[in-house]
Amino acid sequence: MGSHEHSHEHSAAQPLATRIQHMTGLNPLKCYQCGKCSAGCPMATETTTRPHDVMRLVARDQLDRLTDADGLWLCLTCETCTSRCPNGCDPARTMDALREILAARTNGKNHNAIRAFHRSFLTQVRNHGRLFEMGLIMSYKLGGGPMFADVTTTPSVLARGKLGLAPHNVKGLEEIRRIFEACAAQEDGA
Amino acid sequence: MSIGYFPGCSLHGLSREYDESLKAIAPALGLELVEVNDWSCCGASSAHSSSHLLGVALPARNLAQAEDQGIAEVVAPCAACYARLAAARHEIAGDATLAGHINKVLARDFRNSVKVRSILEVMKGALPAIGSKVTHPLKDLKVACYYGCLLVRPVEVTGGYDDPEDPSSMEAVCKAAGATPVKWNRRLDCCGGGLSMSRTGSVVRLGAAILKDAKAAGADAIVVACPMCHSNLDFRQKAMAQRGAWDGEMPILFLTQVVGLAMGLDAKALGLGRHFVRTDSVTTRPAPVAAGEVG
Repeated sequence: MGSHEHSHEHSAAQPLATRIQHMTGLNPLKCYQCGKCSAGCPMATETTTRPHDVMRLVARDQLDRLTDADGLWLCLTCETCTSRCPNGCDPARTMDALREILAARTNGKNHNAIRAFHRSFLTQVRNHGRLFEMGLIMSYKLGGGPMFADVTTTPSVLARGKLGLAPHNVKGLEEIRRIFEACAAQEDGA
Repeated sequence: MSIGYFPGCSLHGLSREYDESLKAIAPALGLELVEVNDWSCCGASSAHSSSHLLGVALPARNLAQAEDQGIAEVVAPCAACYARLAAARHEIAGDATLAGHINKVLARDFRNSVKVRSILEVMKGALPAIGSKVTHPLKDLKVACYYGCLLVRPVEVTGGYDDPEDPSSMEAVCKAAGATPVKWNRRLDCCGGGLSMSRTGSVVRLGAAILKDAKAAGADAIVVACPMCHSNLDFRQKAMAQRGAWDGEMPILFLTQVVGLAMGLDAKALGLGRHFVRTDSVTTRPAPVAAGEVG
């Protein structure tokens, strides 16, 4: 298995397929549009950018259309597409790379709730080292999630002893923060 | 056998009964669970959706902790934790450049020596022990074994301990517990995973389809081995009913609870009272046959 040029040793001026290949070591142009990925995709009925559409838009260098499309954000990362691809294209990993590229674009108009959830989740991990579920719920609601969803169910979760009220901080919290910073620095091309 | 234990955040929170039931059955299975020191979050889908390097580094920090403890292999009962730890190990092993970045980010001498096992892989290995410890076989209990996404795929990451399209390890464990697995269609479909909070409607659609298929196949309960599957199928049954997508009550059991019940362990010790859908239909079953009648 050859090592790939990891991370952002590529520029926005390059064709999208080339950028993806630099990030993942996978060649998106190998996709021959059989559609097997989309046939198994659990979210295919909710989006117009199914996995094979995403692969096609990458091949056609249509980053703007991907930015506005919902498919990347609805992806459940269930790996069905990747498991079934007869050509080793790994659509799931390709979509991870695309989300990474698009995360830098602040104008993504779609699916702010899902992006807000990811941000809140990672903030909890960065602050505590572990996910503090109660903190996630609060931070997600304040950070753009639906404010009143689950307000009626939260007490029943508490009654079952399922939600801790105070976060648990890991001892290696400094290390966790250093990992977050080092990853960000590495991906900024340091 | 001593094995490293990575509980993950869910098993200390929303799915603590998974942790409780695994710890309750571990001695009988001959498993000594050695918790990874000061373990931290694997990053789940949020990390790898945002930064590939972070998505590898967060699980790698835990593998490094286990390595420093002298742990040779680690079991992660949560399917998402398992997938992230196993994918990190797999990617680092196959990519020297990435391995270099990870060592730099972790600022440790990390050798990537720890093997990652799923709960199914471990339970499959313990089948003889399970069979010998069953005192209350779950006779006549029809179960739908639900694998979901990440327990058996992609096969490059799992190492192929089970078939990614036609797995059988969960059915084998349930059979050893005396239950009868039903044949059904949606055991590998995704439950909606991490979208439970941010897009509940999708989780309702996907979960209700799974519940209806299990019911149509005659299942008395669905068996899972993932905290997110459990939450989306158990906790979200109420939301499914409110939205008119589902009108039944299907108990959702962790595989560890199934094995514990078959060993005669107390429902409370197995955390069955923490579920949202009542499990009485499973726990208040006819008393086991007298010893003399056992085959």
